[in-house]
Amino acid sequence: MVPADQRAPASPPKRQVAPWNDERVRSLAFQSLTLALVVGLLAYLALNAADNLSRQGIATGFGFLGREASFAITTALIPYSPADTYARALLVGLLNTLLVAGLGLVLATLLGLALGLARLSANWLLGRLALVYVEIMRNTPLVLQLFLWWDLLRLSTPPPREAWKPLPGVYISLRGVFFPVPVYDPLYLWMGAALALGVAAAALLGVWGRRRQARTGRALRLGLPGLALILLPPAIVFFAGGAPHLLDVPHPTRFDFSGGRSITPEFAALLAGLVAYTAAFIGEILRGSILSVRSGQSEAAAALGLTRGQALRLIVLPQAIRVAIPPLTSEYLNLAKNSSLAVAIGFPELFSVTNTVANQTGQAIEAMAIVCATYLAISLSISLLMNLYNRSMAPVER
Amino acid sequence: MKAGAARALRWTRVNLFSTPLNAALTLFIAYLAVRLLPGTVGWAVLRASLTAADDRACAASGGACWAFILDWSRFILFGRFPYAQQWRPAIVLVIFAALLLASFSRLLPGRWLALAWAGGLGAVALLMWGGVLGMPYVDTALWNGLPLTLILAAGGLGISFPLALLLALGRRSSLPAVRTLSIVYIEGARGVPFIAWLFLMLVLLPLFLPPGVAIAKLWRAEIAFALFIAAYLAEVVRGGLQAIPRGQYEAADALGLGYLHKTALVILPQALAVTIPAQVNTFIGAFKDTALISIVGLFDLLQDTNTALNDPAWRMAYVEGYVFVGAVYFVFCYSMSLYSRRLERRLGRERR
Amino acid sequence: MIELRRVNKWFGGRQVLKDVSLTVARGERVVVCGPSGAGKSTMIRCINRLEEHQQGEIFVDGIELTGDVKQIEAIRREVGMVFQHFNLFPHLTVLDNLTLAPIWVRRMPRREAEDLAMLYLERVRIPEQAGKYPSQLSGGEQQRVAIARALCMKPQIMLFDEPTSALDPEMIKEVLDVMVELAQSGMTMICVTHEMGFAREVADLMVFMDQGEVIETAPPDRFFTAPRNERTRLFLGRILRQ
Repeated sequence: MVPADQRAPASPPKRQVAPWNDERVRSLAFQSLTLALVVGLLAYLALNAADNLSRQGIATGFGFLGREASFAITTALIPYSPADTYARALLVGLLNTLLVAGLGLVLATLLGLALGLARLSANWLLGRLALVYVEIMRNTPLVLQLFLWWDLLRLSTPPPREAWKPLPGVYISLRGVFFPVPVYDPLYLWMGAALALGVAAAALLGVWGRRRQARTGRALRLGLPGLALILLPPAIVFFAGGAPHLLDVPHPTRFDFSGGRSITPEFAALLAGLVAYTAAFIGEILRGSILSVRSGQSEAAAALGLTRGQALRLIVLPQAIRVAIPPLTSEYLNLAKNSSLAVAIGFPELFSVTNTVANQTGQAIEAMAIVCATYLAISLSISLLMNLYNRSMAPVER
Repeated sequence: MKAGAARALRWTRVNLFSTPLNAALTLFIAYLAVRLLPGTVGWAVLRASLTAADDRACAASGGACWAFILDWSRFILFGRFPYAQQWRPAIVLVIFAALLLASFSRLLPGRWLALAWAGGLGAVALLMWGGVLGMPYVDTALWNGLPLTLILAAGGLGISFPLALLLALGRRSSLPAVRTLSIVYIEGARGVPFIAWLFLMLVLLPLFLPPGVAIAKLWRAEIAFALFIAAYLAEVVRGGLQAIPRGQYEAADALGLGYLHKTALVILPQALAVTIPAQVNTFIGAFKDTALISIVGLFDLLQDTNTALNDPAWRMAYVEGYVFVGAVYFVFCYSMSLYSRRLERRLGRERR
Repeated sequence: MIELRRVNKWFGGRQVLKDVSLTVARGERVVVCGPSGAGKSTMIRCINRLEEHQQGEIFVDGIELTGDVKQIEAIRREVGMVFQHFNLFPHLTVLDNLTLAPIWVRRMPRREAEDLAMLYLERVRIPEQAGKYPSQLSGGEQQRVAIARALCMKPQIMLFDEPTSALDPEMIKEVLDVMVELAQSGMTMICVTHEMGFAREVADLMVFMDQGEVIETAPPDRFFTAPRNERTRLFLGRILRQ
């Protein structure tokens, strides 16, 4: 072993290499040339833009963000009025994007799981049905599906008085989808706290059970007690607090509804379209990842005497999840990016709002820069998180 | 006969009634079918109308309004292309169909297929543009409908492919600057929605060009499309490059092949061959994405349909319109995906 | 023909070649042996610069190996290499594997390259496999194709990196036979191998390496009968008992 300071990769001085034939010189020259080309192209475009903008008298910079937006937004998670600034309008749009992406992610995963299981089911009819659904969804453009959902919800829905009632208290009409929400009660906060306590207790119980099994070898059935630990505390708080169960139910009025909560037809169409479309891909990913765990693994588990359930839980699922994570990540990212198609049906998420802002201010470059930076930030942070998670899950390989 | 019946019975038991849950599911699906199928078939076929004058007439009979598709078929397919000249885009469609069939059936060896595509696309350009052989010149703004969709897809793929190769090789390069640039481009392009790309190219590109230089909308969309797909395709190719064992590089080095020869003759052919199924899947995604240009004001198949649906006589025939467009997309995408699955099976067999 | 002077190389913090010096004259056949991890492969891979040495000098045919791309190309044209895992190009037929480098590196017309390829395929006794793909051949056949592929560049020097280690026992002989013939034709060769029978038959010089160092260099008769170094003796004792 040689100490680090003697490890000199230095080349002896007497080597005589023509500079244009030297590997290192060549590599440097090629890289400089590439960089110069790219930088030159960008500079050329930027100069053109500056020239064009000044000629057309378009302002530059992000000063417009502080000005009054003076346009209305139908769906806003935070208080917003046309008197607010462009910056706030963009924030409303961003929150709407996150809302659609978040809701869509959960719903699409649930529907996707159902589809994946249906595709794997031993029931031939169910499998075929799921397959037909998946193929139709995957082989037609999402934007087409969105148009169809949107037209369905705004052209073929009845007026409020004749609204469809798919569930008690839920109304679908051309005004959108109305549904009941619980009236807020301070007790709910306590229930949340109780739930958190219960989850923590259940986690502790699980750790204790595993330790005990490792020590004594006896496996305990902790599923039911764990579930009870999670569900009972909030339930106890609920009943002890007098069981407040007031619901704010929407009521049809003459032309509209009062009470409850509602989502606009655009929002409903966007969410339905994104979920229906993405779920087909998620279903196939889940199915494929379970199938990718070779049957040899189940056989080996069976040969070791594990039950079917144990084999699934201890052998197949951990491997399947590892396989599913990367494609699932990119599918979730696709969902987030696809939410920008809202611009086609007028739901005010980030991209639509930006579009409006760009049209009103004329500062399209700045507006697009904001949108692109935001989406990049979302994409890169999600893929960074997933990469970290993936690394912690990855099997040790040589 | 009897054996057949026994087999059918066994199949039914195994596939439909193996467990109580399964039996319940089967019965539930059967119930749904009985409830929904007659209505659907009645709507789509039995009570459908091919001749109704408007959507109210269809609504009266309670059937599908295929009459809308028939009434507007030429506009949906060819848009505002001069009416008397619409035989030209019609031939274009035939050319595309023939090229796709030739590609999927693998009747032609690779070199001939490439030639056929080159010749076919040349003929397409000639037919669409005109200006020769007695065909009047037609501006690209009037290239609408299905031919536009196909031209965008084929052109976008054709342009993006070499770019994707460069990006994939760049990302695997040992030169840090080249690698960094490739990564920034690929991740940047994939991190942003396609619709943002389209806006960039269609709305903003003119701002970045010197005054007096104008690029037609069609070509701006084409560039946006190609730049976008290239990033995704590059990642697919990179996967193939990563799958190639180091020994292949070393053997090529030891034989004295330089970087270009090594890459073109040894590495890329293998990387491209193993990733064909993934490439086809990228193509399918890209083909579906062409529909997005309807949002930015190009008259593709979908936007033509939207325009036709603005006809007050047919406003309520949107289901029929979108089902028709969906069916066209489905035929293209599904045949591509069947093709890719067949290839995948064959590759799987060869590797074993 | 080949000269290594005090060559040193590190992988990270680990030194894999320590002051390795070796001289090989034209027409000489050198067999390099030693336990795994001794740096044998690394050494011969430095000779055609598949690996870069960090200190010392390497001369091949009078040309010094430096960062000069032209000289690297020149040396690689003169040095053929056969790998442990054959490294044939799976997407090309046997014939195309053989003609690839002559056509693109030597700029030989295709017809001429194919005639040359058939000549060498006959030399390695598998002319009938010319139209097949590597995956359709046995390991022994693949390795013979790999030898023929290297020979098609008409190299002055052939490097063999454990050419029989990945082969089933019954195929080793067919490859060794080809190598013996090649040795008898007067080719300059450096072989990393554990085939001591082959070494006895053809080697002019035996080189024993351990832990990155050349421990002993000797003609085969003395190397096998009276090794000077204790480590050489231990190694030979282990390997010859099998």
